Amino acid sequence: MTLRVHVVRTGLANLASVLAGFRRAGATPYVTESPEEIAGATHVVLPGVGAFGAAMEHLERQGLADVLRGRLERNRPTMAVCLGLQLLFEQSEETPGVRGLGFVPGRARRLPAEVRVPQLGWNRIEAEQGCRLIGDGYAYFANSFCIDTRPPGWKCGTVEHGIRLVAAMERGNLLGCQFHPELSGAYGLELMKRWLQTKEENA
Amino acid sequence: MVTNRVIPCLDCRDGRVVKGVRFQGLRDAGDPVELSMAYEKQGADEMVLLDVSATPEGRGTAVETVRRVRENLSIPLTVGGGVRTIENARALLEAGADKVGVNTAAVENPEVIRGIATNFGSQCAVVALDAAHKEDGSGGWEVVTHSGTKRTGKDAIEWARKVVEFGAGEILLTSWDRDGTRSGYDLELLRAVSQAVNVPVIASGGAANPQHLLEALQAGADAVLAASIFHDSEYTVGEIKKFLAEGGAPIRL
Repeated sequence: MTLRVHVVRTGLANLASVLAGFRRAGATPYVTESPEEIAGATHVVLPGVGAFGAAMEHLERQGLADVLRGRLERNRPTMAVCLGLQLLFEQSEETPGVRGLGFVPGRARRLPAEVRVPQLGWNRIEAEQGCRLIGDGYAYFANSFCIDTRPPGWKCGTVEHGIRLVAAMERGNLLGCQFHPELSGAYGLELMKRWLQTKEENA
Repeated sequence: MVTNRVIPCLDCRDGRVVKGVRFQGLRDAGDPVELSMAYEKQGADEMVLLDVSATPEGRGTAVETVRRVRENLSIPLTVGGGVRTIENARALLEAGADKVGVNTAAVENPEVIRGIATNFGSQCAVVALDAAHKEDGSGGWEVVTHSGTKRTGKDAIEWARKVVEFGAGEILLTSWDRDGTRSGYDLELLRAVSQAVNVPVIASGGAANPQHLLEALQAGADAVLAASIFHDSEYTVGEIKKFLAEGGAPIRL
């Protein structure tokens, strides 16, 4: 029996790559926007392509914001990808005035103008000591906004693109990736597999 | 820092990879899934799939090809060729493209770029900018469309700035004077465009050897795209990346 992964539909985000990625990692992905299913799922992925404001509006309207906060607070296996990672925070310069999930203090800021924006391509992650899921290696990024401060209480991997930014952050069964693990070759595949092995009882 | 990308390009027609100079005298070059997988294994940083089908039936096949490639490929996939509307873009993205390239449609109606950027994000809106030297001797380059057959009179550098204003997240720059000629990229054009915009620029058209690719990166390109250099198995992607890294380019090895 393969592990079922619930992938949250966040509006217009293209999910084909995420779904294919989790199938390659050996899981059975399932797309949902049902609060009950997301509350009951063992593993939930919050993907995110598109704008911060539109994604939050969608999550609030579908009644998913509270359900996701509940999962995060109880350390239930949850992975947030790209914009999904930024949604964990309070705000973003992308859509000023819109409140994020607010689980982690801080806000996403625009990448500096001296470098190419969006950051499109492979960048080398340096994982800090104590990371259990995140390792060193190259991953694929596609972002214009970023988190530039390590959130306290989380173990992080970082990359440099004009500034040093959070590439990935982990705490217990929670994992946020600014890059796209589903597009990051063997590095991403191994990371997805490690996260799939996290279990609620480790909470 | 983010590394320079090496991107093999597959021209696809009716579910098969084809090759030919300027789309004349097309020859069968293999299965898109098998070739994509082989390039990923060699170390390709991304794949571009260009649909060169001439018919609506062929376009339908392209969506199916994207689906097949996506299921297997674990690196980014850009798809272009014949994208005219937001609906075309949506169909390709839903099938598994991570980015879509627009060319002619963007020139005729730049709002298509804005539509793709607004609906799906700038990071997946690639504008394919085909340029050729102006014929009136005034210097500079103009935008060309319809596989290089139609000259638009639009200044290529101004157009590059404009597509970024409209929301393009990346420019795929092809020199139509050089495409298929194996004489190297148009470095002057590359320098001018990459200085004019802040989004990443992919160099395309004219590469015959690793030195050409290195020159493009040194001229300011963020990525290099090539087809025949890989298909003819003259060099593997891995050999080329090693050469570029030894030449001082930031490369994922």
